[in-house]
Amino acid sequence: MSSYVQALLADVGVGLLGGLSVYVILSVGQLSLGNAAFMAIGAYVASMLTVWKGWPLDAALLAGAAASGLTGLIIGFPALRLRGIYLAMATLGFGEMTRSFFLNLEATGGAGGFHGMQKVSLASIWLWTVGLLVIVMLLERSRLWLEFRAVRDDETAAEMAGLDTTRLKLTAFTLSAAIGGVAGGLFAHHQLFIEPGNFAFERSVDLVLIAIVGGSEVAIGALAGSVILNLLPEALRFAANWRLAAFGALLVLILLVRRQGLLDRKLLDPVFRLFKRHG
Amino acid sequence: MIALQQLLNGLTLGAVYTLVALAFSLVMGVLGVLNIAVAELFMVGAYVGLSALAHGAPLPVAVLAGMGSAGVLALVIERVAYRPFAGAPPIVPLLSTLGCSIVLQNAVVNLFGSDPLQLPDSAVGTAFEFAGLRISTPQLTVIGCAILLVGIVAWLVQRTRFGRALRAVAENPGVARLLGVPAQRVVSGTFLLSGVLAGAAGVLIGLHYSAVSPFVGADAGLKAIAVMVIGGVTRIWGVLLAGPLVGIAEVMTIYLGGSAVRDFVVYGLMIATLLLRPHGLLGKPPGQEGERL
Repeated sequence: MSSYVQALLADVGVGLLGGLSVYVILSVGQLSLGNAAFMAIGAYVASMLTVWKGWPLDAALLAGAAASGLTGLIIGFPALRLRGIYLAMATLGFGEMTRSFFLNLEATGGAGGFHGMQKVSLASIWLWTVGLLVIVMLLERSRLWLEFRAVRDDETAAEMAGLDTTRLKLTAFTLSAAIGGVAGGLFAHHQLFIEPGNFAFERSVDLVLIAIVGGSEVAIGALAGSVILNLLPEALRFAANWRLAAFGALLVLILLVRRQGLLDRKLLDPVFRLFKRHG
Repeated sequence: MIALQQLLNGLTLGAVYTLVALAFSLVMGVLGVLNIAVAELFMVGAYVGLSALAHGAPLPVAVLAGMGSAGVLALVIERVAYRPFAGAPPIVPLLSTLGCSIVLQNAVVNLFGSDPLQLPDSAVGTAFEFAGLRISTPQLTVIGCAILLVGIVAWLVQRTRFGRALRAVAENPGVARLLGVPAQRVVSGTFLLSGVLAGAAGVLIGLHYSAVSPFVGADAGLKAIAVMVIGGVTRIWGVLLAGPLVGIAEVMTIYLGGSAVRDFVVYGLMIATLLLRPHGLLGKPPGQEGERL
C-alpha cells in the first residue's frame, strides 16, 4: 500500500472516531460545536505520556481518553442544564477556551506546537477505530441507547416516564469525550506534530459534518461521513479549492432532502436481518 | 493614561461587537434561531467595504456596499437555510446556517486569497491627540457609526409598523399570524436587518484593524455570540451593555496578560453567564421575561 493511501486511510479512521463522538451526543438530542476540544485533550495528554514518560501508545491513548472523559464529566455537570442552542453555544465556547488554554500552555510548546511522537501504524489506528465503533454499535442495541433515544425524542416525557435524564445526558457526554480523546491521541501520533490550531472551531465543524452527513441516527453513519469527507476531495481534485464550499452545500442539501443523513436504520435493516438469520 | 487609552480602544472594539451581537440577537429574539452565518456575513461585509475603499470609494459608499451585500446574502440564507426548516427543532436551522457559513468563508478565500486584505494608507485616516489620548479618525467613525445604527434599529423596532409586527412575532408567532401580521415578511425583514447590521460591523472592524482576513468571522464574529449571551438572549438590548463590556475586557486582557488569553476570557465570561445567570445581564428569569425587543 502506498504511503499516500495509508495516510488517507488513517485520516478516515481518525475522522470516523471524531464523528462518532459527535454522534453519541446527538443520540441524546444535543449538538456539540466543541468536540475538537476533546480531541485536543486526548492528543496532548497521550503525546505528553509517550514523549516524556515513554509510555506505550495504547496505554497513553487510554489515559488520554480517561482525561478527556473526565473533563467531559466535569464540564458536563453544569453544562447539561442547558439544552439545544444554548448547549451548542456553550460547547462552542468550551472548544475555543480549550484551544486558548493549550495556546498558553508553555510546557507543551504553546503556539509553537508539540512534537517528538512515534508514528502509529495504520493497523493500530483501525483496530482502535473498529473496536470503538463496534462497542458503540453494541451499545446501540442496549437498554441504555433506548433511554438515550427517549431523551432525544422528548426530554420532558422521558423524565416523566421516570428516566434520570441528567444521568443519561452525562453518560453520553462522557462517552463522547472519551471517544474524542482517542481520536485526538491517534491524530497526534499520526501527524507527529500538533498545535492548538489543529483543534479550532473548524475541526469541530468537520466532526459535525461527518456525523450529520453520514447519518445522525446510526453509529455506522460516522464511517460513511468520514469516507465522504476524506475521499471525495481526492476524487474531485480539479475543484480542490472549492471542497469546503461543496461540503457546506452538501450539509444544507442533506438537511433538506434527507435529514437523518445518508445511512439510516431503514437502509441498514436488511443488513441487520442478514446477521440475525445467521445468528 | 495608558489605561484610559485602552478603555477607548476597548470601546471601539466593543462598538463592533455590539452591532454583530445585535445581528445575532435579532434573529434569536424574534425567531428563536441562531443564524451562525451572521459571523461570515460580517466577514463578507468587511471584504466588500474594504475593497470599495481600496478602489477609492468614499467611506459612506463603502459602508453601504458592505451593508447591502451582507443584507442580500442574509435574504438568500433565509430562503435556503431557514424557510425550508420551519417547524423543525431549532438545532436544524443552526446546522443549515453553519453550512452557509462554510460556503461563504470558502468562497471568500477563493476569491480574495487567504492572506489579509490591507487597507491602503490613504484610506486609513489620521490620528490626533486630545487630552493626552491618541484618537484616530477611524476610531471616531466606528463608534459614531455604531451609535447611529443602533439608534436607527431602535427607532425601527420601537416606532414603526414593521417594528410592531416584529415585536408581535417575537412575543407569540402563532397569535401574531392569527391577528394578520404578515409573518413571512417579518421573517425576511428580520434576516435582512440582521445581515445589514453584520455587514456594517464588518466594514467597521476593517477600518479598526485597517485589514481584514477571511477568518475574521470565525475569530471575531463568533465572539459576538458570547456578547449576545452575556447581554441576555431574552432581552436583545442587553448587547448595548455587554458589547462595550466585552470589548473593554478583551483589550484589557491583551494589555495585562498577552493576546493569547483573550479568547479564554471572553468565552469564559459567556460560559459563566450561561451557568450562573442564564438569562444574561439584562434578561429576566423565565416566566417574567417581559418584552424581548
